[in-house]
Amino acid sequence: MRARYALRFAALGYLALLLALPVAVVFVRTFGDGLGAVWSSITTPEALHAFWLTCVMVLFAVPANTVFGVICALALVRYEFRGKSALNACIDLAFAVSPVVIGLSLLLVYGRLGWFGDWLTDAGIRVIFAPPGMVLACIFVSLPFVVREVAPVLREIGTDQEQAASTLGASPWQTFWRVTLPAIRWGVAYGVVLTTARVLGEFGAISVVSGKLSGRTETLTLRVEERFQTFDLTGAYAASVVLAVMALATLLAMNLMKRGET
Amino acid sequence: MRAEAAVAAPRALLRSSLGGRWLGPGVATLYLSIIVLLPLAAVVTRSFDRGLGAFWRAVTSPQAVAALELTLLLSVAVVAINAVTGTLIAWVLVRDEFRGKGVVNSLIDLPFALPTIVAGLTLLALYGPKSPLGVNVAYTRIGLLLALLFVTLPFVVRAVQPVLLELDREMEEAAASLGAGDPTIFRRIVLPNLLPAILSGVALGFARSLGEFGSVVLISGNIPFKTEVASVFVFGQVESNNVVSAAAVSVVLLVVSLVLVAGVTAVSRRGERRAG
Amino acid sequence: MSISVQGVTKRFGDFTALRDVDLEVREGSLTALLGPSGSGKSTLLRAIAGLELPDEGRILIEGEDQTVMPPRYREVGFVFQHYAAFKHMIVRDNVAFGMKIRKRPKREIAARVDELLGLVHLGPFGLRYPDQLSGGQRQRMALARALAVQPKVLLLDEPFGALDARVRKELRAWLQKLHDEVHVTTLFVTHDQEEAMEVAEQIVLMDEGEIQQIGGPRDLYDSPANEFVMSFIGPVTRVGDSYVRPHDFEILPALEDGAREATVTRVIYLGFEVRVQFALRDGTEAWVQLTRLEYERLKVDPGQTVYVRPRQSVSFAA
Repeated sequence: MRARYALRFAALGYLALLLALPVAVVFVRTFGDGLGAVWSSITTPEALHAFWLTCVMVLFAVPANTVFGVICALALVRYEFRGKSALNACIDLAFAVSPVVIGLSLLLVYGRLGWFGDWLTDAGIRVIFAPPGMVLACIFVSLPFVVREVAPVLREIGTDQEQAASTLGASPWQTFWRVTLPAIRWGVAYGVVLTTARVLGEFGAISVVSGKLSGRTETLTLRVEERFQTFDLTGAYAASVVLAVMALATLLAMNLMKRGET
Repeated sequence: MRAEAAVAAPRALLRSSLGGRWLGPGVATLYLSIIVLLPLAAVVTRSFDRGLGAFWRAVTSPQAVAALELTLLLSVAVVAINAVTGTLIAWVLVRDEFRGKGVVNSLIDLPFALPTIVAGLTLLALYGPKSPLGVNVAYTRIGLLLALLFVTLPFVVRAVQPVLLELDREMEEAAASLGAGDPTIFRRIVLPNLLPAILSGVALGFARSLGEFGSVVLISGNIPFKTEVASVFVFGQVESNNVVSAAAVSVVLLVVSLVLVAGVTAVSRRGERRAG
Repeated sequence: MSISVQGVTKRFGDFTALRDVDLEVREGSLTALLGPSGSGKSTLLRAIAGLELPDEGRILIEGEDQTVMPPRYREVGFVFQHYAAFKHMIVRDNVAFGMKIRKRPKREIAARVDELLGLVHLGPFGLRYPDQLSGGQRQRMALARALAVQPKVLLLDEPFGALDARVRKELRAWLQKLHDEVHVTTLFVTHDQEEAMEVAEQIVLMDEGEIQQIGGPRDLYDSPANEFVMSFIGPVTRVGDSYVRPHDFEILPALEDGAREATVTRVIYLGFEVRVQFALRDGTEAWVQLTRLEYERLKVDPGQTVYVRPRQSVSFAA
């Protein structure tokens, strides 16, 4: 049927122009100057530091949101309590609010003129314009993913297995560790992958909170911008490619997991 | 051991898999309060640091108004386009068969996985000053639109796909047996069933494009009154240390986000009640 | 007494599921909690297991007050209607779960698992996952799992409710045999009176949160305590103030003392028995259950006038 081909052409054409072609162009441009230029770009001290700092963000934010994400999911699904809808709204807000506003909000709490500003300065702790603040920003923006992946799974498996474990003599912790957690493991896995991708790609909130000091508080995403603003297109593309590869690895992980689950 | 437990356990402690009634919800509430509520409360509070007057002036300043208007306009345009293209793409992915469909399906998640700044850069590469296609939309609103379309692409597609997959083909077959042509079937049978999913995808996309920053920063040039969106405006105010102004406009954005979140929750709950 | 329920009341919001229930279950017995939906039978079972907390009353298991004790300390085995299998563990690990929690030595666990799998005839399936088993097999695994830690009491909540008719019948017979072998006090919930009559030594019939009658299958059938019991256990027709069982009607060719005139409305062949539906002059409709032989002797057809007399009937004083 001609209609089918027309629809297919329209859809694929849209995707090609919007997604595929731009990404392809970046890859071509990046390696157009040869591998050598790219390599030296991504191995400068600042670039390596940016890579390392990005990994640090992931290493702190992802476990935090995984643990608390599972706890939040359990709280939302297995308990009844006042303020449940407020909790839900908080989780949705973390998703819906602009990253720049998130950055600003952290500034207003932990910055020099923020609510905790004086206390932090006296204690000699630097949150804003330092990695801790950036980690907080990453946690904020990537908050919802584990909760939103685990909660439906929890709802679906119901409490029968947990009750059975209880009658067989398991303590609440044993029940959680041996029965509940294995049952939700795919939800947790998806959530972790999505969280990681989000943290890797964080830009807006970190822009506000980091101070963008090259070699000190610059992540890979900030580096892309910095290289662009200093007209080092190759550098910008190179950092982008590293991020794009990490993104594609994330997509691949998702795909493999979907296959592993069935 | 058992005897002690019998004596010690008050009637209320029988249930729960997390040990005690309050531990789970308590920890969750604490975490979310510290991470989310506290900072957002700071934004709201500090925006009134210099009083209601200063708040109002900040929100109604010409530059702020221009930024907010542009943001809203673009977001509406973006979700309108996404409603159509998202449904189209979901349709093709579910109902059509062709080689490489799996790859295309995975590609839809690319805007989710790709950092926004990289997205902006890739669009700039193809549609900016050095465009191999000769198309240059940098520093224009079209460029902004493209960036927002990029980052909001997956929302409608991923919302509609599962609904389309679950859709009972027999409804369409019944309509066909009653004499309806394909466009009619789509309009009267399929579309009404997809509408809730489309709307939820639209709502998510709208919320996203309201606050989008990373992908628009490079391609738009951030020209005040022309291509400066609300998030960029707020960022500029922060850099210039106009905290109250930044916070005030942020509050506007927050309120809109909250309304959206509440709306989507209410609609989805109604949908659940009807379906369940 | 293995289980002693004393004055237990349980409410869910406005709804009272159990009203001041008293029950004694003898050690080693096989008892059914029977009743319609909402009668409270599952709630009672779950309260005994510790999965529900009574609002009033006490529950004693082997003489010890377990009313507020969490399930894991009660040493009860529980079997769920939908199996509650641990889907991510193989059959052997499911069965071994309780022992692993109690940190028994590996060799002991393996031996006991083998023993139990043999008992429930699941020997070759030990390494499979629950979703690779049929419904009946999953339920047998659940039973083995519950028995593994040698519970004082075995509780089953509509254990065969999710299975199809033939498997249900097989497992009923199989549960009886198991009980003969294992001799643990067994209490099971069912809404199927035929199942209760077939399997249980003692039936506890419940309705609306209260126990209506306790007794053996014969006691409930022959000497029902009230009209609920009579009509729940077996079919019954109400004639005026009396209740008559279908097989207690006599069909007579001519009017005799105590008989009433009726018209045959329908004759239904059920293979081994025949049901003759009739209507009395006052409009009451009923049916008689006859064996093939009895029917052949009578030879009645629809539309024919006959005379029916109850051989025996029951009246419940108001």
